[in-house]
Amino acid sequence: MAKRLILLSALLLVACAIYIGLGAEGAWRFLLPYRATKLASMLLVGIGLSVATVLFQTITANRILTPSVMGFDALYVMVLTVLVHVLGGVGYASLPAALLFAMNVAGMTVLGMLLFGLLQKGARGDIMRLVLTGLILGILLRSVTEFLQRMIDPAEFQMVQSVSFARFTQVEPSLLALSALVTLPALALAWGMRNRLDVLGLGDATATGLGENPKSGQAQALVLICILVAASTALVGPMSGGGGSFFGLIVTALAHVITPSERHRILLPSAALTGCIILVGGQTVMERLLDLTTPLTVVIELIGGILFLVLLVKRKRA
Amino acid sequence: MIRLSGVSHFIGGAQILHDISLDLPKGGITALIGPNGAGKSTLLSLIARLTPLKQGEITVDTLKIGGCSDRDLARVLAIMAQSTHVSARLRVRELVGFGRYPWHRGRPGPADHALIEAALERFGLLPIADRFLDEISGGQRQRAFVAMAFAQDTDYLLLDEPLNNLDIAGARGLMRLLRDMADRDDKTILIVLHDINYAAAFADRIVALKNGRIAATGAPDQVISDTLLRDVFDTDAKISRIDGRPFVMV
Repeated sequence: MAKRLILLSALLLVACAIYIGLGAEGAWRFLLPYRATKLASMLLVGIGLSVATVLFQTITANRILTPSVMGFDALYVMVLTVLVHVLGGVGYASLPAALLFAMNVAGMTVLGMLLFGLLQKGARGDIMRLVLTGLILGILLRSVTEFLQRMIDPAEFQMVQSVSFARFTQVEPSLLALSALVTLPALALAWGMRNRLDVLGLGDATATGLGENPKSGQAQALVLICILVAASTALVGPMSGGGGSFFGLIVTALAHVITPSERHRILLPSAALTGCIILVGGQTVMERLLDLTTPLTVVIELIGGILFLVLLVKRKRA
Repeated sequence: MIRLSGVSHFIGGAQILHDISLDLPKGGITALIGPNGAGKSTLLSLIARLTPLKQGEITVDTLKIGGCSDRDLARVLAIMAQSTHVSARLRVRELVGFGRYPWHRGRPGPADHALIEAALERFGLLPIADRFLDEISGGQRQRAFVAMAFAQDTDYLLLDEPLNNLDIAGARGLMRLLRDMADRDDKTILIVLHDINYAAAFADRIVALKNGRIAATGAPDQVISDTLLRDVFDTDAKISRIDGRPFVMV
């Protein structure tokens, strides 16, 4: 297992080197900071979303769910649409980026907490009910967004559209720093939970018997998931184009194949590395080799959709 | 000793347990029997803290359920729940290894590994130690879970209907292992059983429940009688004695 993790790390290093070095024209003085910022944002998002997905799949005991079913992406696009609607395209463009970032992170984290808090109080803290509620909420948010988008000016609609997909092309260094400030502590906490997550994966009753309270473990993991997803989405935009995001799904499915272990001390780094390789490698191919301006997420959605079907059909166990 | 006093429990509006007070002394096997819906599993899951205790008090040795830390309790009390479904794809050795978690919190030492191997050997799991849980039979899986509880090295072990879906060889094998744990390792075992004959054959003590109340307690040959079957189980099956042990003629 350790060998495979080292192999993955080496692969990622190569991908990063190619991304920085390939097709470098002009002065390095300008090129390097520009590309390094993009690379750093990809790594941050790759690690953040992959770790969030692993946590989410562990606490829901489900391999085909990703945190995006909770409606985070939908909330992001709705906030965006409402802002453009109220302030107009120009007004939106002149908003300070840091303010927007803070609003998005706070909004998404609060949404996640609210969902969880309500369910803890009302129902019996049933995690499946939480997921389903999030799913319905996502549909509601998307409907509201669509309704608003029908009423705004076509030019402004174009603007909303262009930022509704994750893009790594225009990342502000100050936002990157802010995002890292939020993401890195959350990652450290997730790593600290690795042994507890192993036990939580055994099911509620067995985990309780081993002295690990499933409720508090799930609550802590959920807070981390909210923060990680929110920080990534606020940095580059939603990774999904409206449906469920398949990025996390691809990453965890691959990680399970590359390092077949249920231990989170292996699964977490393996998923994080895989996520980064997909993002950096994919972006290199799209940007440098094919010279395309299509956002990478569109391709990820396509591949992910196919993989999702394969997983569903191939799944042996219910 | 497990001591229950004034334990009541409600699910929805229905009262499942009525003011139960019970002392279970240390050592031996106690079987909880009763008809469906008598509250056996509820009672067990309250002691196991799988269901939060709302009314009454339960103590295990000096630890108070609901008032002590989960970690401390996990070193005294091991549980095997009714559903042993694990969604993670684990090997038998990994599962048994989790039994040591309350002691090492994720950093197993050489002593832990030795105990895990000992548990695997004792429960006859060494030949299948590297197989996945979904590749072995139901009886082997139940045995793996008991081995995990054994590796947890607690004084008390609670089991909720472990014989479900086991054939006669699997059921007898599992009960013998439990008997052996009670006799050789001085474990105190509380087990919910459906089959009265298994309770009569392997338990030292029987606690019979009906409608959330204790109907009878005592040694199997004192408790199991025609009257018990009639009053508690609402059936007219007869009891006969073979070698001094009561048998239900089904």
